[in-house]
Amino acid sequence: MSGDVVLEAQALTRHYAVSTGFMKPKGLVRALDGVSFTLDAGKTLAVVGESGCGKSTLARQLTMIEPATSGALLLAHSESELADVTHANATLKKQLRQQVQMVFQNPFASLNPRKKIGHALEEPLVINTDATKAARTERARAMMARVGLRPEHYARYPHMFSGGQRQRIAIARALMLQPRIVVLDEPVSALDVSIQAQVLNLLMDLQDETRVAYVFISHNLAVVELIADEVLVMYLGKVVEQAPKAALFATPRHPYTRALLASTPRIDKAARQERQVLSGELPSPLNPPSGCAFHKRCPFAVERCHVEVPVFEALGGEQRVACHRVHEIG
Amino acid sequence: MSAALLEVENLSVGFGAFKAVDGVSLTVNAGEVVGIVGESGSGKSVTALALMGLIDEPGVVGATRLSFDGRNLLTMRDKDRRQMLGRDIAMIFQDPMTSLNPCFTVAFQLIETLRIHEGGSNKALRARALQLLRDVDIPDAERRLDAYPHQLSGGMSQRVMVAMAIACNPRLLIADEPTTALDVTIQAQMLALLLKLQRERGMALMLITHDLGVVAEIAQRVMVMYAGQVVETAAVPQIFEAPRHPYTEALLSALPEHNIGQRRLRSMGGMVPGAFDRPDGCLLAPRCPYVQERCRAEKPAMYGAPGAQARCFYPLTHEVPA
Repeated sequence: MSGDVVLEAQALTRHYAVSTGFMKPKGLVRALDGVSFTLDAGKTLAVVGESGCGKSTLARQLTMIEPATSGALLLAHSESELADVTHANATLKKQLRQQVQMVFQNPFASLNPRKKIGHALEEPLVINTDATKAARTERARAMMARVGLRPEHYARYPHMFSGGQRQRIAIARALMLQPRIVVLDEPVSALDVSIQAQVLNLLMDLQDETRVAYVFISHNLAVVELIADEVLVMYLGKVVEQAPKAALFATPRHPYTRALLASTPRIDKAARQERQVLSGELPSPLNPPSGCAFHKRCPFAVERCHVEVPVFEALGGEQRVACHRVHEIG
Repeated sequence: MSAALLEVENLSVGFGAFKAVDGVSLTVNAGEVVGIVGESGSGKSVTALALMGLIDEPGVVGATRLSFDGRNLLTMRDKDRRQMLGRDIAMIFQDPMTSLNPCFTVAFQLIETLRIHEGGSNKALRARALQLLRDVDIPDAERRLDAYPHQLSGGMSQRVMVAMAIACNPRLLIADEPTTALDVTIQAQMLALLLKLQRERGMALMLITHDLGVVAEIAQRVMVMYAGQVVETAAVPQIFEAPRHPYTEALLSALPEHNIGQRRLRSMGGMVPGAFDRPDGCLLAPRCPYVQERCRAEKPAMYGAPGAQARCFYPLTHEVPA
């Protein structure tokens, strides 16, 4: 099944120049700093981290909403080849955009309140295909049935739906053009537990049927443990650990990953870890600490962490970590 | 067992014909941590607001008994009740960014609370405010006193909210989703702080949340709410090991944590009934996998021994199947 790569990011970087005040030099926020990964068809890559770590900037890069400052992004163009977004011309970019779609966090804000559901679902087809009106309607209705919406919902407005139903609509809209990749930015964090379970089941079913690849951005590690194949842990714009799901949850290696896992409230006593409360908060990305960005909050930090930026290295197997002391702390 | 601090019987809050809270009875003992869990629209926040007297027109609050520390809140004069709320019972809200007044400094808002309830000279009040910020582990507290809310991060704002709530040494702290808006490492800090304060001050803590994991880690007792009613109440390890109400069981089995390694989550179909589609019998009947004829026709009461009750005609037994 695996082997067909649909997305490849190579040292993807996005910096923003921000104003720090009148007559002061511009500050530079390194929102995304050299992120690399590949994604295969039918797989799910989860991106976890706290607010401000660059998760959403990454989503904006992958969906081609913003150009990268440096680095390269390759997306599936045809069955077997990848096309480089950075050097693509307008025509190619338009084709590539159809391959990657997005579902946003808040289904109350992401649907246009003045458009009927049928209209919202057909819009991508109007823009990108020359299907007839009858064909568009038929495809929209088929997709609605697929995501568990009833036929009479076709002519309703978003305010008539609950949060879970709206998220189904948003997922249906993202899948209308049969993309190879869907970027899901916190798709279930606004939903209640029982509705969250329904939506996660839907996402997994759709993936089995269409072999769509997901980039699943979340701060909820319990959800990630369920849905992901591979996990990327980010801190202040950088990847600090990347590993297959089983390895990451069984043997987290980076101190930040350990802290994240230990901070997550658990119901099962067995799964609960000794509470290791991290002190401090995420530093300002305008003024990141020297050396390892995590050293100010890290319980294992030594002199070297203050000065030297750790390299992102493989630890045998598929687990990769950016930490000086990873071998010493076991 | 310690004495009951807060006793509520048959609390109802109606907005027109719709009852957001329908006959909720609860007790909180002194120094106890009680969790209230439920999904959106289950009435958990409205219950807390009703206790604090914060339900505005057109909401109507009713109860057969509402007493705090032996004093009857229903017959008390408004003036006395206002004295009590905010001093003996305090509350913190979900979104720290919108609960602080953006126009005033942290010191001003903290001192306002202290002045109303306790009074004192400006200098003494400022010193108390500083001490409160230190109590909630705010680093560099002197500087934060004169900061405006927009200069604080989410976690820091929530600490200021906690400082305001504990300013008058409340006997009961109601925390409505205190960690929902926070990141997971900050959430862990906040829960540790609330527990520390609760232990140090012997305060009772009523924690309202939708996160069962949080309840499992810090509460001693839990109430599960569904569509405005309490459907189950039990001590904490028991409710997670052997839920008696089908809704509690469904909530637990829908958690990703309980489904690792499985193909799909076990999810309960349907949605919480709204204002106009409330069933005649048990409110869970249309979604319940164990539903019987009787459930559709009659409304169940709470059954079981005090301390472990479920609103179900056929509570789950968890006997080992033969």
